[in-house]
Amino acid sequence: MRTLRESAVLREAVSWGVALAWIAGVLFLLMALVGAPFGEALSAFLQNAFGGRRLSYLMATLSRAALIAGMAVSVMLSFRAGLFNIGGEGQLVAGGLVAALAALFLPGPPLFVLGASILAAMVAGAGWALLAGLLQLHLGVPLLVGSLLLNYPIRYIASYLVAHPFRDVQSGMVQSHLVPQATWLPYFPGTRLDIGILFIAAASLFAIIYSHFTLHGYHARMNGLSPAFARTVGLPVGKLTLQTLAMSGAIAGLVGAVAVFGVHHRYIDGMLVQPLYAWTGIIAVLLVGMIPWAVPLSGLFFAAIQTGAAGMERSAGVPKEIALVMQAVIILFVASRVSGALVASSERRAGGGEGA
Amino acid sequence: MLELLFDPSFAASVPRFVTPILLAALGGALCERAGVFNIALEGFLLMGAFAAVVGSYFSGSPWLGALAAMLGGVAMGLVFAEFNLRRGGDPIVVSIAINILAAGLTTYLLRAIFDAMGAFSDPAIAGFGPVSIPGLGWLPVLGPVFGGQSPLFYLALVAVPVASLFFARHRLGLRIRAAGENPAGLVAGGVSPRRVRLYALMGCGALCGLGGAQLSIANVNLFVENMSAGRGWIAVVAVLLTRGRPWPLLLIAFIFGTVDSLSFRVQGLGMPQQFTDMMPYLATLAVLITLSWWRRGRTANGGAP
Repeated sequence: MRTLRESAVLREAVSWGVALAWIAGVLFLLMALVGAPFGEALSAFLQNAFGGRRLSYLMATLSRAALIAGMAVSVMLSFRAGLFNIGGEGQLVAGGLVAALAALFLPGPPLFVLGASILAAMVAGAGWALLAGLLQLHLGVPLLVGSLLLNYPIRYIASYLVAHPFRDVQSGMVQSHLVPQATWLPYFPGTRLDIGILFIAAASLFAIIYSHFTLHGYHARMNGLSPAFARTVGLPVGKLTLQTLAMSGAIAGLVGAVAVFGVHHRYIDGMLVQPLYAWTGIIAVLLVGMIPWAVPLSGLFFAAIQTGAAGMERSAGVPKEIALVMQAVIILFVASRVSGALVASSERRAGGGEGA
Repeated sequence: MLELLFDPSFAASVPRFVTPILLAALGGALCERAGVFNIALEGFLLMGAFAAVVGSYFSGSPWLGALAAMLGGVAMGLVFAEFNLRRGGDPIVVSIAINILAAGLTTYLLRAIFDAMGAFSDPAIAGFGPVSIPGLGWLPVLGPVFGGQSPLFYLALVAVPVASLFFARHRLGLRIRAAGENPAGLVAGGVSPRRVRLYALMGCGALCGLGGAQLSIANVNLFVENMSAGRGWIAVVAVLLTRGRPWPLLLIAFIFGTVDSLSFRVQGLGMPQQFTDMMPYLATLAVLITLSWWRRGRTANGGAP
């Protein structure tokens, strides 16, 4: 018995070793292609991901990790309920856009403006997610497709609004005006890390409690694990779908608001789309097999890859897109280890497609 | 609006938009029929567009560019096969990873090979010229649509009946359908469904590659970061809608292509670019909704599904 287990562990270790060797091989090949000095690139990577004067780069990594983890939690709620909501990007953009515009035009004391804008952003994100849910429930558009397609209109709407009616023309860039300085999220004392990470942490905590300690969350997860069973025992599947999507969207909207008030202090065209926050969030949650407590770690991991790569670009001339390649290769190797929930619901989708 | 549709230059621009969607969707059809859930067409298409520019730039021939594009697409198909078929990764996860991989790799290589940021154009990139079809010029709408297009458009048109026959008659086509509908039967016949699916993925890569070549060395002569711009996703939708049947795909591709080129046209009339950019996606949603209503109505009346 014992040897059997040992050999299984050994096999596991070898397969991980092979995967790591592949990833390293791909990266070295890519770096050799641009003739980058390996040692310099590696030290620039580490320095930029975790170092910097007074750890300023580490703070940038943490702040990005918060956004990625936020998107990961948002998508995790949907995935665990068996809902293929890949429209996180649209919900994020809706949130960021509404947060910036609300803060620019709402009157009142700063704290009220901040709170109301964040709330508006969450409503906007939830609304955009609900749209995808309604399309599926009432108009027969599969969620996977509907949520994805909805990413594009909001992206262009946001782009139009900050390019024309609400553009900060004097800046010369396609971006809105700065939101009032009094609404900016403060830094933690003595650091350059904004407190947005606390909002994300609160949202994650809420998601975990909802998912594991409330009846609704239990029902939603049941729907994800076995939709046939959920329907048989008479759960209101449609209502659960909409509730879950609304929560996912609200968290995505919150992430958009945190990016506005904590990081950019305005809405810049493409600021939430270009860094692939939503897609990185999806792979961050898949990397750890949708285990909630591990999501911050995997968010940090991917954020470090991205900020580290930016450092390699500056110091060693390696194009920063190497980060995307690295992320993709890592997730490919981990893909075969994804938790059963996703597979179960993709089987449901295949089965549902034949019946429709 | 109607005048616009009969405007020869508008009609002539439709195939430019139809071709990439049609080729990618035919590739997607191979996977769909073989039982491979492939939503990485966007990545395949992007890789094809990039490889086409590389091949054409270094060889000076658009045909070798197209060949390079096919190879680029096949390479992505092999990656998909390795991680989905052999290692058993979830197809959706593998697809998402491949889309990210294509976006990262093309931008990285754009800088590594051509030292270009964002976009690369060079007189050395040889593009496809129009093919003149004699005897079509006098037709009012069909003339400009079907005459003087890139060879890849005619290839795509020919590919539709070929694919239809392939699925109906050819041994591999039948096996592909068996792999999708009844893999156990295929095993009983001594054929490995996994191998058949591998062929389907390679064929899909090659077709998507050609679609990408249409984007980068037929419509224009340059590569732009992310130039597939969601067309692969529209092809995915087309495949899901038609369940991979070639003739309906042709129809859908023409609908999407027309909307795409229409939105390009309206931009010239002063509508902000952002609104015309979102038209293809809204049109896709509209088509999805219409078809689902139509289907629901039919099944409600007791018709065949």
